Order: sequence, then structure tokens, then C-alpha cells
Amino acid sequence: MSSNNFVPLPDLPPPGNSVGAIAWLRTNLFSGWLNTALTVVAIYVIATTLPPLISWMFINADWVGQGKEACDSGGACWVFVANRWDIFIYGFYPTDQLWRVDLIFGALLVLTAPLFFKQLPGKLYLGGFILFIYPIIAFFLMRGGVFGLESVETAKWGGFTLTLLLAGVGCIAALPLGVLLALGRQATNMPVVKGMCVMFIEFWRGVPLITVLFMSSVMLPLFLPEGVNFDKLLRALIGITLFQSAYMAEVVRGGLQAIPKGQYEAADALGLGYWRKMGLIILPQALKIVIPGIVNTFIALFKDTTLVIIVGLLELLGMVKASLGDPAWPDVSREGYVFAAFMFWIFCFAMSRYSQWLERKLHTGHKR
Amino acid sequence: MTDTSAHSEMPAKPKRLRDPAFRALIFQILVTVAVAAFFIYIVRNTLHNMESRGISTGFDFLDRSSGFAILQSLVPYSEASTYGRTFIVGLLNTILVSALGIFFATIIGFVVGVLRLSKNWLVNKLAMIYIELFRNIPLLLQILFWYFAIAFNLPSPRQSLSMGDTVFLNNRGMYLPAPQFGEGFWLTAVAIVAAIVGTIFLVRWSRKRFEATGQTFPTLYASLGLLIGLPLIVFLASGSPLHWELPELKGFNFKGGLTVIPELFALTLALSIYTAAFIAETVRSGIQAVSHGQTEAASALGLSHGRTLRLVVIPQAMRVIIPPLTSQYLNLTKNSSLAVAIGYPDLVAVFSGTTLNQTGQAVEIIAITMAVYLTLSLAISMFMNWYNAKMALRER
Repeated sequence: MSSNNFVPLPDLPPPGNSVGAIAWLRTNLFSGWLNTALTVVAIYVIATTLPPLISWMFINADWVGQGKEACDSGGACWVFVANRWDIFIYGFYPTDQLWRVDLIFGALLVLTAPLFFKQLPGKLYLGGFILFIYPIIAFFLMRGGVFGLESVETAKWGGFTLTLLLAGVGCIAALPLGVLLALGRQATNMPVVKGMCVMFIEFWRGVPLITVLFMSSVMLPLFLPEGVNFDKLLRALIGITLFQSAYMAEVVRGGLQAIPKGQYEAADALGLGYWRKMGLIILPQALKIVIPGIVNTFIALFKDTTLVIIVGLLELLGMVKASLGDPAWPDVSREGYVFAAFMFWIFCFAMSRYSQWLERKLHTGHKR
Repeated sequence: MTDTSAHSEMPAKPKRLRDPAFRALIFQILVTVAVAAFFIYIVRNTLHNMESRGISTGFDFLDRSSGFAILQSLVPYSEASTYGRTFIVGLLNTILVSALGIFFATIIGFVVGVLRLSKNWLVNKLAMIYIELFRNIPLLLQILFWYFAIAFNLPSPRQSLSMGDTVFLNNRGMYLPAPQFGEGFWLTAVAIVAAIVGTIFLVRWSRKRFEATGQTFPTLYASLGLLIGLPLIVFLASGSPLHWELPELKGFNFKGGLTVIPELFALTLALSIYTAAFIAETVRSGIQAVSHGQTEAASALGLSHGRTLRLVVIPQAMRVIIPPLTSQYLNLTKNSSLAVAIGYPDLVAVFSGTTLNQTGQAVEIIAITMAVYLTLSLAISMFMNWYNAKMALRER
């Protein structure tokens, strides 16, 4: 019978008002009077800000030339940035020695790249090398005076190189100190040690970094015996490290608190002593949990390095600000600050995205 | 006999050196001695260095005349004033800019945080761009940008930007109308106080009535009416004794009205915009932390969208929001010290900067400055902890 041969009709396409561009606009932009009003306001905001901004930054901008005269089209004068590029990145480092700084950056890139691959033997050793051995090599390469390298005093270090140096050293040096402080803060059986750690942490967290830098620049020389003098950079680094270690300690403390009590008890039951219990069982787990937190404090530190301008060190922002005083380049403050903002933004944004990615990757617990 | 003596010799406790309590004691003594030795070393060096450099110690300098002028002061100040007075001026300026910053950052932050959760795709993305842009650029850079690149490039007083001819913005600062209180304004002031007291009683009464009978009372509208209506009636009845003094262009600059110096303007703007980006993220995570079941339960009870927000979502979100919000307030207060970079006369600029350079008394001045910030931090966190404890979830 032909009536048994049921042939279904082909599927109808979804109704026109539930898919496609129009429907998307309807649900996401015009779903009600409030939503429509918001959309109109948003479009107004974009229409008034974006076109002038784009024309200033790109369309009317000048990119090539030698001096201020090259900038005559009314937009941004990127010639200024191109002209000062070396100073912004390397500071006053001697021009014929710039390969040393490039080598340091290049080596760092080559060394860190493998860490982004998932399966790699000896990743831990590589990470340890980058964290603790590489900075020492980089320091000697940078300062010179050994292996026949020309010596470059720290007063000539500056620009973005100095930004990276301050942030990197500050973070790496603060890590062990922060771990010790966090452990001290958790040591309930030692009230005196605990009290000292709490006081140390609360003190450094309660004062602005500027006052810490002021202190390290005017008071540190008074603390030291006569005749001993640190250079300006080292003094700033000490201040930054102490400041950062307090924040690091609080992050690590969070990780220590997140480890279930059973882990501590299991370590005790195995008969491990305090340092082996912490070093082999608790800290590896705690530090893994707080890696995103550490990245976040690193981002904060990275932005805060700009404050060393107060004690006369010229990192990227300091170099830009100093260059703006040049009478040959009047009225380029917007270009200078926008360039510095762009550099900081790229790095901070990339790091914050990386920390979010890590958080998702390291989340090995149960997700609800 | 021999048996029992052998038994008593069995060590009931571990050896001394293996006893954790004993070890903890020894370790603590060692640490204390090391820290004390460190401090004694530093203090001896400092005293010796100060003596050899001829720096006097003590706080006598606070009574000496400062001899420099300050751009903006909330209390009378002149070059003849003492360094003690300089300290007060700096402290008040710090408090002023922090309070303004906290006020504006909270408003912008809450608005952007809520917009970040908007279902409107465009608005949502704009809020995201705001947050990601301002949070990832150093604050100092933003302050310098607003001050040197924007406030300096504003038009001159003659070509001021104006809003309804009452607010003017130019490269000398921002000019606002200033209130001039006439005779009899105190009656209105009394009315405002009376309205506030009345509102407190009204809220208490309506809560008691609600707990006793379950009947609600339109507290919000009633107290708004009381707060606005009562002072307004008294104000009009006493013959409107308040005038606004408008800033006027006279010669090369504006006269009259309230003047906001460009330094304060740029600093407040940068602090609010920067901190607001962090507050927005706090607000977003707070609202997202309220489980969806709560909203569903509220609509199952038949609550309207507005009441769901007001009675169910926001109270629960506030619990999550308050602790990180406290940290943001603290950060803003500490960050206000960046004022020194653009010359706004805050505590760090006039005291740790100018005063230190003139007197050379580094130890005392840095100690005072740090003590002030520590006290401010502790005061804000104590207040917020009190508020947090009041709002916290009370479980059985």
C-alpha cells in the first residue's frame, strides 16, 4: 500500500525571526525599551569617540621623519616615538653595547617558550633555571666588568629594560621571603614569630609604595655603617622587594589555608619533620593553587615600577616624561603617554589573560 | 623492684631536642635575639650617621616656620605657618582627595559593574573595554596623562568649556558655583537634622511593625518625602536664604565661585577612573556569586524584578563585595600619595617632599608619614570590618 510508505517532509528552516543577524540584533540589542535605550546611548558614545580617535591615531598621524617639522597633518606625531625608541627601550645604555640587552631579552624568550608546551621533560628544572640562575647571568651580562665586557654603571640603565628588571627582580626576590613570612604567620605554636610576621606584613601593606621608596632612598644610607653605600638602583630594589614580599606572603597564606587539614595530618603521620612536611607536601600544593594570585601581584608590581621616577630612576614612563621636556619637541605629551600606556597595557593585559588561563588549567578539583 | 625502676626509666616524653614545644621556644628566642640585634645595629648606625652629618633629632622642627606657600589648603596657611601646620594641611588634602576619589569611584564602579552584566551585547562590551583598558595601565601614567596631556591642553579661561554657564572648565581649573548661606539658613539646617532623626525613627518603627504584623510600609518613599519635603518647606518659609555665587570671567580669569585646581581635578579623575575599573570587577563577581536558585525562588514567590534585586540579590551580593571593596578603598587612599608627581599638595608632597628637603629630618618625617597611612588604613579597615560583620550571613 502506498499509504504505508511514509516519507517525511524535509525539515523546515527555523522561523526567520529566531536566527540570523536580525534575530541576534533583536535579542541582544533591542529586547525591550530599556535595552533599546541603552543601545542608542552606546552607539552615541561610540560614534562620538571612536572616529576622532582613529583619525588622530592612524589616519592623520605622521609616522616617518626626522624632527617636529615632519608632523604637519594634524594627527598624532609618532615620529617622536620612533625618534626616541632606543632611549625609551634601553635608557642611556651605550649604543654599541645594546646587543647585550637584546641578548638578555632574546635568551629569556627562547628559554620561556618551551614552558608553554604541555608535555616536556625537565620543565621544572628549566623553570628553576629561569627563576634563579638566569637572573644572575643576565645581571653580569648587563653590568659587564667580567669576561672582558665593558662595564656599564647602573645609572645608565633605564627605559623599558629597567621596568622589566625592577619587576622581575622584585618578584623573584620577594618569593622566598614571602613564603617564609606566610609560614611564620601560620605558625600558631610560635606566638612571637607569628606576631613578628603579622607586624611585618601589615606594616608594608599599610603604607604606600612611594613612602617605601622615599624611605629606601633617604633612610637606608643612614642605617648602614659609615662608608658603606648602595647605589640608587639597589636601594630601590630593596624597598620594592620588602614591599612585594608582604603581598606575596598574603597570597601564599591563602594557598596554605586552602590545603585540607588531612594533608598536614597525613604528613605528621608519616613522621615527617616540619621542613620536609612543608617542602614536600604542603608548599607544592599551596603554591600551585596560588600561581594566578602570584601573577596578579606581579601585574600590580609591574605597574608600580613606574613610581621609581620619584627617587630619580628613569624606567619607561620616566624616560617618556623626561623626553617630553625637550624644547625640540613641544607639545607631544599625548603621543608620549599614549605610547607608554600601550606598552604597559600590552604586557599587563597579556599577563592577566595568562593568569586566567592558568586558573582554568590548574583547576584540577571538582567543578560544579 | 628492678622491674618497676626499669619501667620508670622508659622515656615518657621525647628527648629535649626532639620535643616540638622546646624547639619552638628555642627558635623563638633565636629569632627575637636576631631581630633585636638587627634593630640595635641599625639604630646605632643611624644615630652615629646623624651625629657625624650634623642632623638634629627630635620633633622640635614642627614648631619652626616653614617659609613656603601651598597651592591649596583647607585651613588658613601662610609662609609664616609652622611645619606642624604644613603637616595638617597635607593630611587634610590627602583626606579630601581620597574621599572624593572613593565617592566617584564607587559610583562609576557600581554602574560599570552592573553594565558589564547587561544582556545588551554592545553595553556589555563597552563596559568590558573600560575595565580592561584602565585596569592595565599604571595609575601614575594615567595621572600624568590627565594632568599634562589633558588639563594643560584645555582652552584658556576666555574660551572655557562651560556647562549651562554655571560650571566652567579651563586650563586654570574647574569653576563651580559656590553656595552663599544667608541669614536664617540655620532653620533649614535644623530641619535637615530633624528629618534625618525622623527617618531613623520611621525605619525602626516600620521594621518593628513588619516583624510584629507582617505588614510592609513604604519606608523608602516616606523617608524620601521626609528628607526632601521638610527642609524644602522650612527653606521656602524662611524666605529662601541661599544664593549661588556663580563664577564670572573678570579680566584674565574667573572670580567667585568654588575653584578646583587642575592638580586636584586630574588626580581625582585618575584615581576614580582607575579604582572604578577594579570596583566594577568586584561588583560583577559579587552579583555572579549569588546563586541563580535565589533569583528563581524570588520569582516563584511572585516578587517583581526590582524587588528581587533589592531584597534578594543585592543584599547577598554585598556580602561578597564588601571585603574586596574595602581593599580598593585602602588602595585608593594609599595611591593618593602619587599626588607628588603632579604637585598636588598632599601629605607626601608637602611633608615627605618639601619639608624633608628643607629640614633634612628624614627619620622623623618618614616615620610620621608612614604612621599616618597605617592609621588611615587601620581606620578604614576597622570601619569596613564593622560594616561587614553587620552585613555578614548569620548562620545558626
